[in-house]
Amino acid sequence: MSAKPRIRLPDSVTIGEIIEIKTLMAHPMETGARRNADGTLVPRLLLHTFEAKFQGKEVFRAALHTGTAANPFISFFMKVPGPGEFEFIWIEDGGGRTIERKTLKTT
Amino acid sequence: MKNIRNKACAAALVLTSAFADTGQTQQSGNESIERELDTYRSMMKSDPWSNPAMLDVDRGEALWKTPAGPNNVSLEQCDLGLGPGKVDGAFAMLPRYFTDADRVMDVEARLLWCMENLQGFDRVKLLTRPHPSAGMPVKDLGAIATYLAYRSNGRSFSAPFSHPKEKAVLALGETLFFHRTGPMDFACSTCHGESGKRIRLQSLPFFSKPQEARKILGEWPAYRVSTAHVMTMQHRIYDCFWQMRLPEVELGSDVSIALISYLVKQADGGEIKIPGMKR
Amino acid sequence: MTNRRNLIMGLSALAAWTRCAGTAEAQGLPPPAVESVVKTLVGDATPIGGRISLDLPEIAENGNTVPYTVRVESPMIDGDYVKAVHLLAPANPHPRIGSFFFTPQSAKASISSRMRLAQSQEVVVYAEMSNGAIYTAKRSVKVTIGGCGG
Repeated sequence: MSAKPRIRLPDSVTIGEIIEIKTLMAHPMETGARRNADGTLVPRLLLHTFEAKFQGKEVFRAALHTGTAANPFISFFMKVPGPGEFEFIWIEDGGGRTIERKTLKTT
Repeated sequence: MKNIRNKACAAALVLTSAFADTGQTQQSGNESIERELDTYRSMMKSDPWSNPAMLDVDRGEALWKTPAGPNNVSLEQCDLGLGPGKVDGAFAMLPRYFTDADRVMDVEARLLWCMENLQGFDRVKLLTRPHPSAGMPVKDLGAIATYLAYRSNGRSFSAPFSHPKEKAVLALGETLFFHRTGPMDFACSTCHGESGKRIRLQSLPFFSKPQEARKILGEWPAYRVSTAHVMTMQHRIYDCFWQMRLPEVELGSDVSIALISYLVKQADGGEIKIPGMKR
Repeated sequence: MTNRRNLIMGLSALAAWTRCAGTAEAQGLPPPAVESVVKTLVGDATPIGGRISLDLPEIAENGNTVPYTVRVESPMIDGDYVKAVHLLAPANPHPRIGSFFFTPQSAKASISSRMRLAQSQEVVVYAEMSNGAIYTAKRSVKVTIGGCGG
C-alpha cells in the first residue's frame, strides 16, 4: 500500500466536543471473485482492518470484508477529552500496514 | 461458459435498447426511477472531500512536485500556458497553442510533452496502455492531469481559441463530431447529437447544445464507480471510440485534441467542478 | 398492452444483466451460509427491532459503490454503549460488509461508509450493546447494473 490516505479532522476543537473524523484510503479491495480480461481470477486482497487510536487508546475499529467498496471511506465520531495524538492504522491481507499520525489541538 | 455469457449479454443489450426506446409510454416510470437514482447520485456527491478521485489529486500533486525521469527534475517548470509552473487556472484555458511544441494541446498532451522534454521520459512508453483497466488506479500522467484540473475548480471554461491553429483544430473537432465512420457508421453525434437520449439507464448529454455541454464537461476528470478509478477526458474519448468500434485513439493525438477542443468550446462559460462522480 | 410488454422485456433484460455481471465464484472456499455468519456475530440472542437507522439509497446506479450511514441510539457511556455494528449483504457471494467497534469515547454510534452489492437485496444490520442485547434492522436496495461489456 503506497498511497497516502486522506484524513479530515476539524481545525479547532473544544474539550468535550463530539467531532466527526473522516478517512479515505486508496485500495482496490479485491474480493477474489473478479476476473481479468483473459478470464483468470484476480487474487483476493482486502484491507481488512482500520484502527483509530487517540493518545494510545483505541477509540474505534473497523473490520472490513468483501462487501466494502474499493477505496474505503470510513467516517466516525469521537468526544474530545483534550489535545493529543491520533494514530490511524490500515492493515491489509498479508500484513501490510499504513500508519498516519495527526495532532489534535484544542482551544 | 464465457461464450454463453457473452451471448446472453448481447441479447440483454438488444432487449434493454428496445426497452429504452419505447420513450413515451414509459415516461412516468422512467421519471420515478430517475428521481430515485438522483438520491443515489446526490449521496455519492454530497461530500466532495470523500470522492476517491481526491486520492489521485493528492497523488498527482506529489508527482507534479517530485523530481522524476532520467533528467531527475520535477514538472514545476512545465508551462501550461500561463507561464512555467503556473498551475492555478491553467486548465480552464486549455486546449491552447504552444509555441515550443508548435501544436495545440489539451492538458494531457501538454503533460506528455513536459514529461518527455523536461523529465526525459520515453514517449513510446508513456503512450503504451496509458489508461487504467477496471479496478486499477489512474496512471501517473492521468493523476497529474486530475490535480491540474482540480486547480481550476470554480473557474469557467474560457479557452479563447483565437490563434489560427486553435481555430483550425476547433474546426476539425466539429467536423469529427458529426463525421459518421467505422463498422457501425457512428459519429459522436449519433449518441450525443440530441437531447433526452439514453443508453440503458445512462443519459447521454447533447454536446452540440452549449447548455448541456456546460453542465457536463466540468465534471471530467471523474471517478467512475463502475470501474473504481478516475477517468480523464483523453480516456473518455478513447473509450467512446472503442465503443464505436473505431481504431484506438492515441493519447494526445490530433483527433483527441480536436474533439476535446470542440467540447470545451461548446462548454465555454461552464463551471469546472472536479473531480466528478460518475456511474 | 404496450406498457406491460415493455415492462416484462425490461425486467428480463435486467435479469439477463444480473447473469452477465455474474454472482462470482469465491476463490477456493465455498461462501459461508448467512445463518452461520449471523450466529458467529450475534450468538443465540434473539435480535429485536428499534434503535437503528440505516440510510441507503433505494436504487443504486452501480452496485460497486453504495453509500450508507448507520446510526444506533445509545447514551454511549460506560456500561451503556454500542459495542459493535455488523452489516450483512445476504445475496452477496460473501455476505459480510463490515463490522464496526465503538467505545464510550465514540460518543455517537454512527458510521458512514460505502458498501458493495452484487445484486438487489435486503441489507441487514445487527447492533450489539454492552449489556449483550442485540438489535436489528434491514433495508432493501435495488441495484441496476449499468454496464456489461460496454
